[in-house]
Amino acid sequence: MTIPSALDPAAAVRTALPDVLLDTVEFRGETTLVVARERIVEVATVVRDTPGLVYNFLSDISAVDYWEPYGGWGERPERFAVSYHLLSMLYKRRLRLKVYVPEDNPVVPTIIGIWPAANWLEREIHDLMGIYFDGHPDQRRLMLPDDWQGHPHRRDYPLGYETIMFSFNADEIMKHKPFAKE
Amino acid sequence: MVLQTPEKTGEVYKWEGSVEELKGLVTERAITGETMLLNMGPHHPSTHGVLRLLLELDGEEIVSCLPDVGYLHTGIEKNMEHKTYEKCVTLTDRMDYLAPMSNNLAFCLAVEKLVDLDVPERAQIIRVICMELTRLNSHLVWLGTHALDMGAMSVFLYCFREREIILEMFEMLSGQRMMSSYIRPGGVWRDIPPEFMPALEKFLDYMPGKIDDYEKLLTNNPLWIDRTQGIGIIEPDVAMAWGVSGPSLRGSGVSWDIRKAMPYSGYEQYDFNVPVGEHGDVYDRFYVRILEMRESVKILGQALKRLTPKGPFRSDNRKFVPPPRSELGQSMEAVIHHFKLWTEGFSAPDEEVFVAIESPRGEIGCYLHGAGDNKPRRVHFKTPSFMHIAALPVMSKGHLIADLVGIIGSVDIVLGDCDR
Repeated sequence: MTIPSALDPAAAVRTALPDVLLDTVEFRGETTLVVARERIVEVATVVRDTPGLVYNFLSDISAVDYWEPYGGWGERPERFAVSYHLLSMLYKRRLRLKVYVPEDNPVVPTIIGIWPAANWLEREIHDLMGIYFDGHPDQRRLMLPDDWQGHPHRRDYPLGYETIMFSFNADEIMKHKPFAKE
Repeated sequence: MVLQTPEKTGEVYKWEGSVEELKGLVTERAITGETMLLNMGPHHPSTHGVLRLLLELDGEEIVSCLPDVGYLHTGIEKNMEHKTYEKCVTLTDRMDYLAPMSNNLAFCLAVEKLVDLDVPERAQIIRVICMELTRLNSHLVWLGTHALDMGAMSVFLYCFREREIILEMFEMLSGQRMMSSYIRPGGVWRDIPPEFMPALEKFLDYMPGKIDDYEKLLTNNPLWIDRTQGIGIIEPDVAMAWGVSGPSLRGSGVSWDIRKAMPYSGYEQYDFNVPVGEHGDVYDRFYVRILEMRESVKILGQALKRLTPKGPFRSDNRKFVPPPRSELGQSMEAVIHHFKLWTEGFSAPDEEVFVAIESPRGEIGCYLHGAGDNKPRRVHFKTPSFMHIAALPVMSKGHLIADLVGIIGSVDIVLGDCDR
């Protein structure tokens, strides 16, 4: 069996799906394809199944929050972004697919049908970043308790700290501790 | 049965399971009471930390297995967003507490890629030595606890005896036995002390015989073979679809090692083999790790020969790496750099990088997004334990509950690594 030579991912995606690629970024030898949010499933299928690309391993899915007080999103179109890190074991290279997610409607289609590995990775992002994955069958919280309020990895969620306990304020602090109550 | 490996042919595995299977629910038979629900953990000794499994059992057989994680979630990624890059290194130790150096390296490589910082060769060799010692350290704990779970008590005691020597060597390097934080952006924290090289040489003479001992205890032991062969089989294409990596993936016959395929820290200059299994069961995952320990000893021997007596152990780019103590009394610039780096830190561009290395457990990836100032905008770690626990339901379906203990042990999970 002959192995087809490696293709340029941006060109291949542009050929297969003409209007889906919004931007291409090269930084320190890493390729990022910014794609339309609604069509991430199509793009992921194309980069996995096209001979010459074969990105067959989902390394990671991570989300980032470009909230204004911490640098802001500058030229970027939306507040949130989700990055899919793919790996081609055949051609020994990586690719990042990136979608921008608006603040008022943080929903991305799930890619769980392509890689089941996305199951927990998407649940984690849902839990900690508050981005919903449309079509994901199991949208419970993964890390935090089910009754937790808020999404801690959002930059507008404060880091928080524990007040140092002295004898003069111990009672006051103990009153607010989340112990099991009768 | 010899499994076919898809990574060399370019064939694409298409996952055929239905999304409905991933709902994370028990079957309807549990509601009628036909099958039994059993809660295993989070304080069960064989769950290697605080993993909770909700098991649905038909007699002794597992119908469905629903892992529940998050008991060790400490918000390390969130904390990193509020710390300078140099301070983040300390937090990475606490994730995978059995292989802290691997986490250090993944993070430091990401920082070095983000700010485009070169690492001198001697530092890279020291890093390789640290990596392989960490791999031995982690595999020894894994082997001891895995065998202990399956009822072989003595292996545990032998493994921890050898691990103690490695921890003593880490103490020589960094002053700490476990949370070493020895690897820093730009190199390593300090030069190796004079007593380290003889200690490592002695260890390399000593270790191969000890690995033989473990093999004598387990490899051909009929009880061990009965408990492990044919248990927890995961086919290579299924393993790849579920994101299983490292020795667990190689146990299924996929010859994929990031050290070999996409080398970092100069791994391309070392001569070593990538052991692969054939059947993808618990025994093959065990044997792959045993062979990997021998390869680690081999790499350590080569690294020791390449280690020149003197040379820079960290980058001399003063914008990112603090000057040595000896310069502070003589140079005004050194004082300024020292002050700037320890108060403000260095700034990194508003861009993102992803770096993956081969940790003892598998592929550990660090996604780092700079913010244009001295703190990262977002750090995310893709950790092997996380993916392996997610794949546990696939491996354990249809097995007996006693075998589940072996399956959990064989994928080598650390809950600190999973929950972060």
